[in-house]
Amino acid sequence: MKTVLRAIAVALLLAGASLVPWSHATAKEAAEVGDDPANERHMMSLAAELRCLQCQNQTLADSNAPLAVDLRQEIRELLAKGQTDEQVKAYLVARYGDFVLYRPPLQTNTMLLWFGPGLVLAGGLVALYLALKRRLARLEAMEREAQAGSTGALSAADSQRAKSLLEEENGEGSLS
Amino acid sequence: MAASKFRLTFLLPLLVFVAISGFLLKGLWLDPREIPSPLINKPAPDFHLESLETPGKIVDRKDMLGKVWMLNAWASWCVACREEHPVLVEFSRSAAIPIVGLNYKDTRMEGMRWLAQFGNPYVTSVFDEAGRVGIDYGVYAVPETFLIDKQGVVRFKQIGPVTPELLEKTILPLIRRLDA
Repeated sequence: MKTVLRAIAVALLLAGASLVPWSHATAKEAAEVGDDPANERHMMSLAAELRCLQCQNQTLADSNAPLAVDLRQEIRELLAKGQTDEQVKAYLVARYGDFVLYRPPLQTNTMLLWFGPGLVLAGGLVALYLALKRRLARLEAMEREAQAGSTGALSAADSQRAKSLLEEENGEGSLS
Repeated sequence: MAASKFRLTFLLPLLVFVAISGFLLKGLWLDPREIPSPLINKPAPDFHLESLETPGKIVDRKDMLGKVWMLNAWASWCVACREEHPVLVEFSRSAAIPIVGLNYKDTRMEGMRWLAQFGNPYVTSVFDEAGRVGIDYGVYAVPETFLIDKQGVVRFKQIGPVTPELLEKTILPLIRRLDA
């Protein structure tokens, strides 16, 4: 009976543990939290699109660097004042540059970044098209040749050559 | 004709490889921590802060108008600042331009103790306890140094310690140009 109870307890624990990573709210550390849960969610979703400058591969939402904590507070206050996402982003870009944005804006210096992969894909498609076209032309030419061979008569020189080759082969055969 | 076509198909991947290698090689010499400041050639953000040394005394950004000056963000908890500090003390002796310290997210006691211990190159330090002015200046990794002209426009920003070489090669020529 005891072992059964223990097994059930372990199973429940494991089930609970497996649930934790799926629930975002419990996975987050209990950090500074604003008074208004809606504003807090809004701030976090916006912060998830912004880069922490102290630890550059984390978002402002993920990072616990002091600057990230300060900037979350800043965003929280700006949103509470009724600023839009775009205004908050502009506020941060004015201070830290485009680098804070995880989604790079479409500008002259980001053209290659935005369209480079498309250009490479288009180049590949063109190369593939040309290669296939060339191959098809070669295959058709071969087919035409084969058809000409099966229907048309051999030229005099060719039939002479074929004859001599056949004779040569027959001669060899008789020797063995 | 056939031979040149043959060579091209084999050379093309090599050329692509060389081009990619070129980009990657350049990337080796870029420092991802050095983010170009959007403040360059823009008016320096305003501040209105208490002085570190004299509580209650307010220092305003506009007090510095008419001078070429330097704003140096530092903190007693910042290790790289310790490396930079003797360079600034030495530079301040030449009295080329005034240096204002931005004491970033520090405590008064720790900040004062640091200045007493290592020397004070600053005409004054402003006390940015909450780091709000630091945010306005886009400070993300102390030490950071701004060179600001007579009209209050940011002309140069250094992220990381100021070195004697940087002073010699970049900052001093720039000061001469801005002072002219």
